[in-house]
Amino acid sequence: MPTPDPLIEMRGITKSFGAVKANEAVDLSVAPGEILGLLGENGAGKTTLMNVLFGAYAPDAGEILVQGRPVTINSSADALAAGIGMVHQHFHLAPRLSVLENLLIGIPGKSGRIDRAGGLARLNEIGRQHGLTLDPDLPVSALSVGEQQRLEIVKALFRGARLLILDEPTAVLAPTEVDGLFSALRSMAAQGLGIIFISHKLNEVRALTHRCVVLRHGRVAGRVDAPASTTSSEMARLMCGHEIVPPARGPSTPGAAMLTLAGISTSRHSGMALRDVSLSVRAGEILGIAGVSGNGQRALAEVISGVRVPHAGQMTIAGKIVSRFSPREVQALGLGRIPEDRMTTGLVTNLPLADSMVLPRIGTDAFSRNGLLRPDAIRAFAEAQIKAYDIRCPGPMTRAGALSGGNLQKALLARELAFDPKVLIVSQPTRGLDIGAARFIHEKFLDMRARGCGIVVIGEDLEELLMLCDRIAVMYEGRIVGTLDSADATIAQLGLMMTGAEGTG
Amino acid sequence: MNVVLEQIFQVGFLAAIIRIATPLAFATLGEMFSERAGVLNLGIEGIMLLSAMTGFTATSLSGSLWLGVLAAVVTGALMGAVHALFTVALGLSQHVCGIGVTLFSSGLAYFLYRLIFGQQSVPPSIKSFETLPIPVLSDIPVLGPAVFNQFSLVYMAMAAVPLAALVLYRTPWGLSVRMVGENPRAADSAGVSVIATRFQAVILGGALMGLAGAFLSMVQFNAFTFGLVSGRGWVAIALVVFGRWDPWRSAGAALLFAFVDALQLRMQASGLGHIPYEAFLMLPFIFTIVAMAVMSRNAVAPSALLKPFRREER
Repeated sequence: MPTPDPLIEMRGITKSFGAVKANEAVDLSVAPGEILGLLGENGAGKTTLMNVLFGAYAPDAGEILVQGRPVTINSSADALAAGIGMVHQHFHLAPRLSVLENLLIGIPGKSGRIDRAGGLARLNEIGRQHGLTLDPDLPVSALSVGEQQRLEIVKALFRGARLLILDEPTAVLAPTEVDGLFSALRSMAAQGLGIIFISHKLNEVRALTHRCVVLRHGRVAGRVDAPASTTSSEMARLMCGHEIVPPARGPSTPGAAMLTLAGISTSRHSGMALRDVSLSVRAGEILGIAGVSGNGQRALAEVISGVRVPHAGQMTIAGKIVSRFSPREVQALGLGRIPEDRMTTGLVTNLPLADSMVLPRIGTDAFSRNGLLRPDAIRAFAEAQIKAYDIRCPGPMTRAGALSGGNLQKALLARELAFDPKVLIVSQPTRGLDIGAARFIHEKFLDMRARGCGIVVIGEDLEELLMLCDRIAVMYEGRIVGTLDSADATIAQLGLMMTGAEGTG
Repeated sequence: MNVVLEQIFQVGFLAAIIRIATPLAFATLGEMFSERAGVLNLGIEGIMLLSAMTGFTATSLSGSLWLGVLAAVVTGALMGAVHALFTVALGLSQHVCGIGVTLFSSGLAYFLYRLIFGQQSVPPSIKSFETLPIPVLSDIPVLGPAVFNQFSLVYMAMAAVPLAALVLYRTPWGLSVRMVGENPRAADSAGVSVIATRFQAVILGGALMGLAGAFLSMVQFNAFTFGLVSGRGWVAIALVVFGRWDPWRSAGAALLFAFVDALQLRMQASGLGHIPYEAFLMLPFIFTIVAMAVMSRNAVAPSALLKPFRREER
């Protein structure tokens, strides 16, 4: 890189939480104009390290140097003063305040008043420099996710940040928004800013960064000086400590139809309604549902799960007609489901994990008798699943919300698979998960397929669907516009169908 | 019916509305500042009572009215600090601590009052503030004598509303208050101290509640009695919601409540039929409940209200 003098240097950073060493002797530096990738699986210590740099946690050992001088960063105010700005994964914005108010928070005013004119001028200047434009008077709640992220970046620059930390910034963005973000980041680097880009998406790190540091179990597992010319599998090996081979989907011999929908339509109650949807999934088959989100996927998942009652059409599970559409009925017929949003419809974050793991079957003899819960049985069940699925948590009585995304997804999967469903419906199965956890989930699906379960996977990631599914149906405006055999399907073809073009399948 | 209407709409009636609204306005603004920063202060009822007592006592002992007002403000601020200590610094339940503050303050007020004044057949009273007519303005017909021939504390309440709006919407501190009430983490990452800002807002709120108490014992009743506050603190909490956490709307809500209260007082006096006076007493509260039910549908509380902030917790 052009300048050898580092903007920021972290030396020997160690931070423990209780017995867990989140960071151990981590060294890292960023030069002006450099984009540094910080890679690692969930829980590898990336976020902890950045929170140390941003003053949220005090390190147990190690030092931080800003332009060669040691500094103590005890609060975000110290970090800001040292020219460090951070864009958190979960935005730190007040939705009901305006864009400008969110920018001006913590900025001293002019003669006791908020300096509105000065703020506007600065906002415009930053907008011109990096192409980051925003309407100053809109409330933040009116901004798209991409715009909110832009506001977070502007906020850091507004405070004079020379080093910008972005914690998994692309996780929340649509592909086109990612391009916009990358060009803004490149422009900032070209003007001498340092950038730390945290991600576990290898292709992004390879496309954007100049150099990268890979963390594993809190330590530096490797450094890559030329990410663009390093292969993804080499980086994945550094991240996980072993080779990651995508699971192979062997041939299967589909059996009888496990789930059929015939002419299902729903009313336009909330979101896109279903219009005359027919599909069938056979035993030992994985059907993918592709589509741009908001084209009826949620309604489809809700109908199949018995949450939403269609006003026309018929559904069968394992050959039996679903008559009343209630979650209890479809479950009794052999349906397992993993909802789209783990935290809201998946489980109860404030209750112990064990409670969430038995929730769908709380009324069955396995977990309650004579109207009373059987806490020992519930606990034993949760403990067995935690062991079988390697769910990392202190124990079954841990508050569910304290688990990481990957572990929660494993817990949800465990609770459904434990009852050997005949049909499994899953939405966005690996969203936000790292390679290792996603790999685990995929293997479980393929296991279930081999055991004769019919699986419906609703997703947006076409590569994942092509790898996992036997057939892929594409939804557009509440209809299924076509179904392709994944052996003949290409991403381009599916992408075209997702815009409403009729398929050939 | 005409006689009734005539009785109602006259100078005295307008003046009564203003007088009833004044302590409510102080209390409502106080609660609003606290809640805007994310801290519900259910201690308001007790803080008003204790401040009324200390204000009354200070005046009674020193003979100075303004010393009494000062004592009430300091009392309110102190009790605000106590509430903040538990809810902000220690992060305890705002409901429980608020009720605790109310019970403690009320008990303390009664206890100290008995200790200082003993049991007297005629309760002690003080010589209250005199009205302070504002030249020229007080000569305006009807409005003048009602609005501009008032006590200095009333003028302070009138000034407090635009001042509160200015502070809340136009100053960096006000922005910090709103930010820590909406998203404390955002304020923290911007270098604003969430704990300090919340402390300041709750203490300012307590001081305003103290003024409300001072008005009750030193202007409205010239004496301290045990039922002095009689639910005005709880009403203020409702008025904050009714006023959607905005100084102008909250003050408007206080005026509206005062109007209904003044109306029922007149209706009692007019001896409408044979309706027991208790029925009229209920009117303002029925009004509050109905108004709340209608208005609070779209009211959105500060997002971080009731949520303690701890930095290392995620």
